[in-house]
Amino acid sequence: MSDAALREPWEDLHRQREAARLGMWVFLATEVLFFGGLFLGYSAMRVAHPAAFAEAARETRFWFGSANLALLMTSSATMTVAVRGARAGFAGMARWCLLMTALIGIGFIAVKGVEYHLDLDDGLWPGPGFALGMAPGQIFWGFYWVMTGIHAVHLTIGIVLVLRLALLSWRGLIGLRDNPQMPVVGLYWHFVDIVWMCLYPLLYLVGRT
Amino acid sequence: MHATLPLFPIEASVQAGRTDELFFIVLGMSVVVLGVVAALVIGFAIRYRRGSPAKRGPLPPLISREIEIAWTAGTLFTFLFVFWWASSLQLAAKAPPADAMPIRVLAKQWMWKMEHPNGVREINTLHVPIGRPVRLIMTSQDVIHSFYVPVFRMKQDVLPGRTTTTWFQATRTGTFRLECAEFCGTDHARMLGSIVVMSAPDFALWSEAQPESDSLAQKGAALFRTLGCSGCHATQSAVKAPDLAGLYGRAVRLADGRTVKADDAYIRDSILQPLKDIVAGYQPIMPSFAGAVSDADLQDLIAYVRSLKDGGTP
Amino acid sequence: MTDAALGRVPREFRRSYLGEGSTLLSWLTTTDHKRIAILYAITITVFFFIGGAAIGIVRLELMTPQADVVSADTYNRLFTMHGVIMVWFFLVPSIPTTFGNFLLPLMIGAPDMAFPRLNLLSWYVALLAGVIAIVAIVTGVGDTGWTFYTPLSTEYATGHVAWTALAIFVMGFSSIATGINFIATTHMLRAPGMTWFRLPLFVWAMYAVSIVMVLATPVLAITLLLVMVERVLGLPIFESTLGGDPLLFQHLFWFYSHPAVYIMILPAMGVASEVIPCFARRRVFGYAFMVYAMIAIAGIGFMVWGHHMFVSGQSNFANLVFSFLSFVVAVPSAIKVFNWTATLYRGQITFEAAMLYALGFVGLFALGGVTGLMLACVPIDIHVTDTYFVVAHFHYIMVGGTVSAFFAGLHYWWPKITGRLYPESWARFAAILMFFGFNFTFFPQFILGYLGMPRRYQVYPPEFQAYHVMSSMGASVLAAAYLLPLGYLMWSLFWGRKAGDNPWGATGLEWQTSSPPPKRNFLATPRVMAGPYEYHPAEESPEAAGAPMSREPHRSQGGGA
Ligand code: HEA
Ligand code: HEA
Ligand code: HEC
Ligand code: CUA
Ligand SMILES: [Cu+2]
Repeated sequence: MSDAALREPWEDLHRQREAARLGMWVFLATEVLFFGGLFLGYSAMRVAHPAAFAEAARETRFWFGSANLALLMTSSATMTVAVRGARAGFAGMARWCLLMTALIGIGFIAVKGVEYHLDLDDGLWPGPGFALGMAPGQIFWGFYWVMTGIHAVHLTIGIVLVLRLALLSWRGLIGLRDNPQMPVVGLYWHFVDIVWMCLYPLLYLVGRT
Repeated sequence: MHATLPLFPIEASVQAGRTDELFFIVLGMSVVVLGVVAALVIGFAIRYRRGSPAKRGPLPPLISREIEIAWTAGTLFTFLFVFWWASSLQLAAKAPPADAMPIRVLAKQWMWKMEHPNGVREINTLHVPIGRPVRLIMTSQDVIHSFYVPVFRMKQDVLPGRTTTTWFQATRTGTFRLECAEFCGTDHARMLGSIVVMSAPDFALWSEAQPESDSLAQKGAALFRTLGCSGCHATQSAVKAPDLAGLYGRAVRLADGRTVKADDAYIRDSILQPLKDIVAGYQPIMPSFAGAVSDADLQDLIAYVRSLKDGGTP
Repeated sequence: MTDAALGRVPREFRRSYLGEGSTLLSWLTTTDHKRIAILYAITITVFFFIGGAAIGIVRLELMTPQADVVSADTYNRLFTMHGVIMVWFFLVPSIPTTFGNFLLPLMIGAPDMAFPRLNLLSWYVALLAGVIAIVAIVTGVGDTGWTFYTPLSTEYATGHVAWTALAIFVMGFSSIATGINFIATTHMLRAPGMTWFRLPLFVWAMYAVSIVMVLATPVLAITLLLVMVERVLGLPIFESTLGGDPLLFQHLFWFYSHPAVYIMILPAMGVASEVIPCFARRRVFGYAFMVYAMIAIAGIGFMVWGHHMFVSGQSNFANLVFSFLSFVVAVPSAIKVFNWTATLYRGQITFEAAMLYALGFVGLFALGGVTGLMLACVPIDIHVTDTYFVVAHFHYIMVGGTVSAFFAGLHYWWPKITGRLYPESWARFAAILMFFGFNFTFFPQFILGYLGMPRRYQVYPPEFQAYHVMSSMGASVLAAAYLLPLGYLMWSLFWGRKAGDNPWGATGLEWQTSSPPPKRNFLATPRVMAGPYEYHPAEESPEAAGAPMSREPHRSQGGGA
């Protein structure tokens, strides 16, 4: 079993897992800079137009954003249990937790979808028919759509990865215990969660303090 | 092909002399250092080619770690010296003198429009007096352009939605090239103009002789205001509508990819059936004025737009 | 791999990586870093010639002051395509994905990359990006220049800007994957005894470049994504009529693109640091300084982006800070130039083609770098920015420097990769031709630039014609010099002399296995006892003070060729 998890060019499992984790951390560093560029652009524009940003941000749906924050934080907890459980040999629990994590993620997307729908109905897509008239407010909403959109894409990828692990292990195709993919997917999931924690105040709290 | 090969551009502003001085200092230092490096590489290559009788064996005590530190420090100090020189020049040259003559510049694809303090307007040409500091206050109507006069060693990007400024003081009379140096689309290479530097009396004469616009166009100008055209087409308008100055006779690129010439018929259509030819980069928000303007009005409006061809902003 | 397929493989290759299957499928599904390197090599060669063909038309157009070959829009598309292809589809991947992929595991004594499947995936991603780029080119590539300045790119440009940006965006993932792989490999797979300060400088270069790739590329990705979003979906981000900032894009773009120029030069520095010691038969002078210099370049390189924006309207204070940092980042480059020079001192120098290319690299890089210093002086830059002076500056570094170094590496490691020797006199001829063709092409552009010839101009004042004609003629010499190696290297694949395992008597670990190497690189994991450049006894080197000589040099100084 444990040998099945060993791949070229590695000679022992521990080092293989270390490498996978190092690779993931480096990848997360790139992600930080990816979102960093986005946050920087947002901040620059907000510094330039503080009042318009605050006013435009009041139109976001506070309860949807907050509910999603709660959902993602819960999913991070289940993900942690899955990773720890797998290491400790509780394969069944790990599998269930993976499934839970994925389901909560799908819940997030569903909430977001409804929110998007309402936003569109209210004419919050910048452009000729924009509901809020004011010019820099359109830029806020430009960032809103881009930021939440990119986050949703990341989350979707995360859901696919988690579901894949759960299904493969269910069908007995992979073991979870020594699998380097477990901690790696875990790290990724937490990262996506943290991104939402950063987006939430920028998009939902700005106009409301 | 041209008879003589130019090697160096003439200097026609105060700043040009300073920039060239700095350039030659840095050039000189570079030539010396690169010369030494090249001499060493070639020298070593010949002296220490395989099998040559030159001395080998342990390195002399001089070549040690210290030399590394020495040339690191040496390079750093050289570079800092150059930086200090260049920066002090830059700091000294940045602020324009208080009595500088302000000229407003509006850049658009692909032309330059200038406005003198006394209201005289020019397109693609700027007349200035020699010896007097001139301050350019610039903005762009569409994309980023760059106001570049090589003989002045002067360049400044011109941005949409922002004002940038720069200044120069000409030291030589003549007609000099003005170029757009920031890539701005199809006719970037043809966004040229000239700076005419004149002696002070010549400049005064020229300034005096600027023509008034004709009366048909003047009626059109009034209509342009009363009908509300200027609400959108004025340069400072909040609505994004094309600036009509210099439009007449030019080729206009349309949103559907066609290019048409802006003649009387085109302008007439633009007023009566604005949806027919949408200018590329604009929203089709202009209302139709069919029924609201008589043919005479149309004539006046067209004359007015035509008069905008050479100078003048709505 | 079938037995029949094996039968067609030349006997000598049976045990090498080349003999592990010769079907197309075996290549397309390989996870062997050496084969992936070759897949990449083919890909970037194709792109090099596409980019070269585009600029060939440009140079033809510039023979006369008027427009007579192509329309204005086509001209703009051609140089955009040239810049985009050459930077992202040729030069950024060039040395890392070919020599880096091939040699990094060999040089540190590893059987493969840390993530072999990711490695293959990165090639497929690059291929996908390439296909998108070609689609964009065929249907009308964006006409924005390789710099995509807003609002031209988001609103006014007429070509397929979004497709062009998408191609680069996708290519970025390939770069990032390569970077992650290199970092993990260097950290986790070094052979026993291969300490950090025994790594060859080429490995250090790959490590430094990976860090820059991993940290800079995502910023480009988000920047281009924002451009695409604004252009395609109409979401305003940069739109200045709504209060957006046209300079925001430039800051984000150059935050990537200045580090990217170091992505393009660090690998070249790594190659030169391998080739010059080998043919001078000297230890590289000041190994530790060379390492620190590369790390310093990679680090400080992130803080100088504003020197591309001296006339953009950013504050005078920012201009001076960025000017200062540009001078600081030039110091480590200067150290490297001095160290390469000092490496020649008391050597036993021979002039194989690889060495000629490497020396050419040093000279042209130094010249290009020094003109970079001129650009870093704000008053000079105000005059020459966006003129041919800048064009000449970066071609000296990127074409004169990096492309020369690429050819140095290609000749140096050709026997390693293929087991064959290239024809030496042809190669020397090509190297010299390239050097002169290059200077002929780009030196006149310095003069043109100072005279005030703006870049991206299809038409120009007639008094500049002589220089443009010179430049165009030089470019055709250069084209010939680039086509030559293609010819004789192909020839050598079939008819070249067999190289033996170590034709140059080089000391690097990559030469301690057979040429071409077997699939898992080494028959047994090597144990490393000493540093990489043991070309002569340690006492003769400047660093003799500390380290006692720990093993016999492979071949002592002055030993036969
Ligand atoms: C591989 C690519 C590469 C590299 C390595 C560099 C290296 C450097 N570049 Fe260059 N650069 C580009 C590629 C590169 N550049 C490109 C593509 C552009 C244009 C982009 C565009 O607009 O399209 C550009 C543009 C550019 C500009 C902006 C010009 C403008 O548009 O206005 C500036 C300004 O400061 C600059 C500076 C420098 C400096 C200071 C270095 C330094 O790192 C150089 C350091 C090296 C040396 C200094 C040489 C060795 C030193 C010695 C031999 C010591 C002796 C010297 C003396 C004592 C004088 N570069
Ligand atoms: C990164 C690498 C790189 C490389 C390798 C090159 C290589 C060359 N470049 Fe390029 N160049 C850039 C990067 C590069 N360039 C960039 C980034 C720009 C800025 C773009 C912009 O403004 O946005 C630029 C812009 C640029 C310009 C300015 C255009 C303008 O502003 O109007 C010029 C002009 O001379 C030029 C010339 C050349 C030449 C002659 C070569 C030569 O070295 C090329 C020689 C090679 C060949 C000529 C190919 C040989 C093969 C054939 C000819 C056969 C063809 C085959 C078939 C058709 C089947 N380049
Ligand atoms: C609501 C704003 C608005 C008003 C009012 C308006 N225009 Fe326009 N106009 C535009 C816009 C936007 C365009 C560009 C899109 C198009 O071609 O329809 C335009 C285009 C034009 C053009 C073609 C410009 C070119 O560059 O090719 C002309 C000529 C013109 N208008 C004249 C007029 C005149 C004369 C009036 C008044 C009688 C007028 N406009 C009133 C918004 C307006
Ligand atoms: Cu305007 Cu280039
Ligand atoms: Cu730079």
